[in-house]
This record gives sequence, C-alpha cells and structure tokens, in this order.
Amino acid sequence: MARPDRLLLATRKGLIELRRGAGGWVVDRVDFPGLAVEYAARDPRDGSTWAAIDTGHWGAKLRMAPAGGDFVELPAPAFPEGSKTPGPPGRGQQEAKLEHIWTIAFGSEAQPGRVYLGTNPGGLFVRTEPDGPFALNRGLWDHDTREAWFGGGRDTPGIHSVLVDPRDDEAVTVGISCGGVFHSGDGGATWETRNKGQSAPFLPDPSVDAGHDPHHVVQAPSDPDVLWQQNHSGVFRSRDRGRLWEEVSSPDQGVYFGFPVAVSETDADTAWVVPAVADEQRNAVGQAIKVARTEDGGATWTLLTEGLPQAGAWDLVYRHALDLRGETLAFGSTTGNVYLSDDGGEAWQCLGNHFPPVYAVRFA
Amino acid sequence: MARVRFTTHLLRYFPSLPAREGLVVEGRTAAEVLDAVEAAFPGIDDYIREPSGRLRHHVNVFVDGELVRDLATLGDPVGPDTEVFVIQALSGG
Repeated sequence: MARPDRLLLATRKGLIELRRGAGGWVVDRVDFPGLAVEYAARDPRDGSTWAAIDTGHWGAKLRMAPAGGDFVELPAPAFPEGSKTPGPPGRGQQEAKLEHIWTIAFGSEAQPGRVYLGTNPGGLFVRTEPDGPFALNRGLWDHDTREAWFGGGRDTPGIHSVLVDPRDDEAVTVGISCGGVFHSGDGGATWETRNKGQSAPFLPDPSVDAGHDPHHVVQAPSDPDVLWQQNHSGVFRSRDRGRLWEEVSSPDQGVYFGFPVAVSETDADTAWVVPAVADEQRNAVGQAIKVARTEDGGATWTLLTEGLPQAGAWDLVYRHALDLRGETLAFGSTTGNVYLSDDGGEAWQCLGNHFPPVYAVRFA
Repeated sequence: MARVRFTTHLLRYFPSLPAREGLVVEGRTAAEVLDAVEAAFPGIDDYIREPSGRLRHHVNVFVDGELVRDLATLGDPVGPDTEVFVIQALSGG
C-alpha cells in the first residue's frame, strides 16, 4: 500500500494541509487562518474537504471545498424549534442550539452524498443526497435514554464518533460524551445502547445503561465486529460490535486515560493509544510522549518512544488528533507538536513544533 | 429606512458588506431590519441570530445607540433615519 502523502491538521488557528515532498513534509495549503477549525476530513468518495469551524461569537459553521477548489459555506445544521437538551448534570433542560460540529463522517461508496455530522448538544445530523440539507436524526435525538446524557468538558453532550459498518451501510455506531455507545441497524431509525462492560465511576451507578464517556470509538476495517474505544475510564475492546466491552487497560504502563485510539486496517487486534496521566492531570505520562501499541487485542502493550521527546513534554493528544493509514500514523498535540511514523509507530519524525493547538489530524 | 453598520469582523465572512458606511434597508423593527440584511447578504443572519430568532449570545445590536431590549425576537422599533449597529462582544485567546 502506498504511503499517504497528505495530512490535514485542524487547529485552533486554522486548517493546515501538509504534503509529503521529496525532502520531507511541507505545508501545502492553509485555510481559515486565525479561526478555530474543530474538525476536518477529506471525503474519499469525491475528494472534497469538509471543515467544522468555530467562529466564536458568530457560531459554528460548516465549510466544504470540492476537490482542488475553494471552500464554500454550507447552511449550518439547525435544531427544530423548541428542541431541548440536557445541560450539565442536574441542571435540567436547556434550549438546544448548535454549539459545535464535533465530527464529520462519510457514508459508503454506495451512498453518494451521505454525510454525518456529530454535534453538541448531542444531535446527529445526516445528509442523504448530494447538495441536500442536513436533517436531525430523530431516532437518536428522541432516544429514551437522552435524559441521562450530559456534558463532559462542555455543558452539553456531544457526538464525536460516527462509524459506518463497511459491510452494511445501514449499520451505524456512534460515540457520545457523555452518553455512551449507541448502535442502529436500520439506517438510524432506531438505536440501542451498547454500553455493557464499560464503567462510569463518575456516576453513582458506574454500570448505568447510558451516561458513559467513550472518549473515542473506532471500528476495525478488517473485522468490523471489533470495536475499540479510549474511554474516560480505561481502554476497552469489543468483539461483538459493542454488545460487550472488555477492559484492556494496562495502568502500570500508563495505558488507561487518554483520548484517541486507532485500529489497524488489516489486523483487528492491533491498536494504538496515546496515554495521558489521568482525568485530573491531562498531560503526557512522565512528561514523555509515548504511543502505546497492542498487537494481541489488548492483552499486552508496547510503549513506543523512538523519535518522541522523553523529557519536559506536556503534550495532550485529543480524540481526533491521531490517525492511521496503512502503516503510517500521525498525531498532533495541544502543544502544537506533530509527529508521524511510517512503520506502525516504531520510529517517529517530528513534522513541526510550532503549530497551533491541534484538534484533529486526518490523512487525506 | 435604517442605516445598518457592522463590526469589520464580519468582513472576513462577507467581504462586500458595507460595514463602515452602512447598508440602508427598510424595516419597522430590529428583526425586520435584520431580515432585510439577510436578503441582501444571504447567510449573514446565521452569524447574528440563532435559528430561533434570538440574538446570538455574544452579539450586540444597537438601535440609535441603545442596546436592543428584546433579545428573543428583536421587536425593538426602528424609526425613520435610524442607525443600527451590529457588533460582537470582545473575546480572549
């Protein structure tokens, strides 16, 4: 498989596209300088680039650039009038309005035009036709557990992970912080919780049906029954599309708290996380950046450090800021450092130390 | 007729907006004035108001130097020869 040669960095101060050149990676294009780009990704179906912008006072915006073209603004998704959302725990309901577009996911090749937007306050918006409008998925929004969702870090719950099963594009799994993992087998008409085995120690009942905090959820392309998640409360793996989660943390190695997780395209037992110290101390373990890799489904972990700073590093890697394509991995940190490995994480090269805080890293 | 001036921050998103000299539009209320602004610059209203019609939390609208009172529907009356000013709150970072 050819190594990827394009990398999108969604940062607090703009969208930066890097290109692999003969002499190394270079900045190829910058969009939205000075603006917070909360997420960006390239649609593999048509080469368009999608970006979620936080303009601050002016609201969350959605931009799209056709392959090789300039960005245009698309109408931001809107909640139906009168929609309510849970706010912080115990604070009751508040008006639902678009706060953040947290993730952008694409439908299958057989679904041209289908795009998913995961948002705060917990709405999944879906576009089903090219150039069509985004509509709120009512099945999830009206789910009978939604009263139990709440904000983590933000005041309202947010959808950060949207997984379309490569075998069945009507099978969709989402991750919500805080809410948990939800699955639909009928294209989003109905949803069920997939939270068994996770733990929510920040709630009176850690084994609740809904209210979990899966920081990030990914699906193994080689065996889509296998899901991985970096949870607020450890690293978990499921072999049955989330019906049962098994904790595979290794606290003695620092593999417990963190945000991102990536799974190999060819081996469902191989996954990577970038550990942070703890909920109450969100920076690199031992002031050293380590990437942890398992090749046996989480039974054992190896800490990968070659080429990464092993002293004086305060970096935190957000949930969308680690990506994988083939054997190439890349991640970016809130400290503005970006690293890339072409050999599954064995050795890393630095692509820059002076980027803005990185929100998302995606190969393009 | 109202003359609507805008913070120059909005030029980033609407480069042809006559932010300093002002846009002259019809409208009997602040809401109607903003409706007319949207008609002239499609998409701009999403920067100023929530879909519900409420003024965005960190956006301020002045009518003849007075902050609008009706944040939910912007029903504040706008007379002839009124100056309307759309500006944002300050921010950090």
